[in-house]
Amino acid sequence: MIDVKGVHKSFGDLEVLKGIDLDVPAGAVTVILGPSGSGKSTLLRSINHLEKVDRGLVRIDGELIGYKRRGDKLHELREREILRQRSQVGFVFQTFNLFGHLTVLQNVVEAPVSAQRRKRSEVEPYARELLERVGVGDKADVYPRQLSGGQQQRVAIARALALKPKVLLFDEPTSALDPELVGEVLDVIKELARDGATMVVVTHEIGFAREIADTVIFMDDGRIVESGAPREVLDNPVHERTRAFISKVL
Amino acid sequence: MSTTSVTSVSGASGPPASAVPLDADLPVVARRHPWRWVGVAVVLVLVAMFVHGLATNPGWDWPTFFQFFATRTIFSALWVTVQLTVYGTVLGFMLGAVLASMRLSSSPFLQVVAWGYIWAFRSIPLIVQLLFWFNIAYLYKELSIGIPFGPEFVHFSTNNLFGPLGAAVLGLALHQAAYAAEIIRGGIISVDAGQLEAAAALGIPRIRQFFRIVLPQAMRSILPNGANEVISLFKGTSIVSVMAIPELFYQVQVIYGRNSRVVPLLMVATVWYIVLTTLLSIVQYYVERRFARGTTR
Repeated sequence: MIDVKGVHKSFGDLEVLKGIDLDVPAGAVTVILGPSGSGKSTLLRSINHLEKVDRGLVRIDGELIGYKRRGDKLHELREREILRQRSQVGFVFQTFNLFGHLTVLQNVVEAPVSAQRRKRSEVEPYARELLERVGVGDKADVYPRQLSGGQQQRVAIARALALKPKVLLFDEPTSALDPELVGEVLDVIKELARDGATMVVVTHEIGFAREIADTVIFMDDGRIVESGAPREVLDNPVHERTRAFISKVL
Repeated sequence: MSTTSVTSVSGASGPPASAVPLDADLPVVARRHPWRWVGVAVVLVLVAMFVHGLATNPGWDWPTFFQFFATRTIFSALWVTVQLTVYGTVLGFMLGAVLASMRLSSSPFLQVVAWGYIWAFRSIPLIVQLLFWFNIAYLYKELSIGIPFGPEFVHFSTNNLFGPLGAAVLGLALHQAAYAAEIIRGGIISVDAGQLEAAAALGIPRIRQFFRIVLPQAMRSILPNGANEVISLFKGTSIVSVMAIPELFYQVQVIYGRNSRVVPLLMVATVWYIVLTTLLSIVQYYVERRFARGTTR
């Protein structure tokens, strides 16, 4: 479903991604672990072209993201095309980024109506259903600031789901939450995994990775150091760096 | 022994009448502010002296004030002032919005053009700029549409195109645009970058990102500064009196030029400026409240 090949990315002189290859099959959950600065978030953001890559390519469901191949060159797509592609990818941010001046329901309804041109009358019941599913059904008409962090993140997940995306990307979805609120967000993500959503999750929650991941990827210094089933990577890491990281986080 | 247990013991048994009460049971007395009362007294005396002066000093000449305050001449002058303000504000903020989006665009060309405009119009004093527009026919007697350095198709006489009022509106709007641009840009960059990023990640179309997501949140900080600009433009229109445009300030000058009652006529203008500024402030209050949605718990 997601196919990443030879992705390189630099910020100025700093090379953050040094050739990443990644294959996420449909319905699989991939968890990316790694120390901060290892390039996890940049990789995730380059999957939906929030970050332009310098070299390499990303495909989702066979479609080249952000570029069009003409002859032997990749031409960057027009913004409108990129936005259309993004509306098929759900992205959940560390800091939620809910629209503060819109109610919870308006937050969820906005993109399906404006980006996918679906009818408001058809989207609204679906949005309420999604809010119900993530456990904030009674909060549809309040503003994000009136919610706890955990509730806000669950609304952000509902907002991403409203686009009926092919894949879901989570960028440290629980890092900005108080410890007692982490569980409620992870529960929602677990349920999505059980329903067969294709997901890539950047996180520091090792226990969560062990529970839901089909594949765990350990990144360090812009490279994928190790990848495999959670049992292999988390319990019997081959590389010294993976071992050191896991012993520090656990 | 902890404090709580002491309190609970005394609460349960009730303090004996003769015993000194425990700290936790003492009444609280708020801090006193005697100097505030001194300040209030001084200000009240000063205000009373001023009001007394207004009522008793014959120099204010209230009969003349009331003779002119609500006359047709003053109303039509006030109408010119209001028109200058409205056109200056609307055109100024429209052009300002365009300039702000140019400065925030990713195109270096647009950035430099907008920066250059703002630099130029903030550097030239408004009164100088107005006099240039007023004398534009001296520089260019005719304007024409055609191919640059080539044949011309349509001609205008510059004087017919800009009357004095047109020149004044043009000058005020161009001047206002430079300031409005910076206020709008300031509002936009005050919105958290995560908002735009989320909008982009959701695939919301570019125009919609701006008008639905960024602008309503930017309005929170644009409005107080914007209202300042409108009010300052409203009073600033008095500067076009140098171009003999019959706005409020020019008109009272004409009248006191004839009857030499300078102070009461200045008061006529002052009171009207105060009345309309008050109205603008009230409008500002309600508009700001509207854009504050979702900002409080």
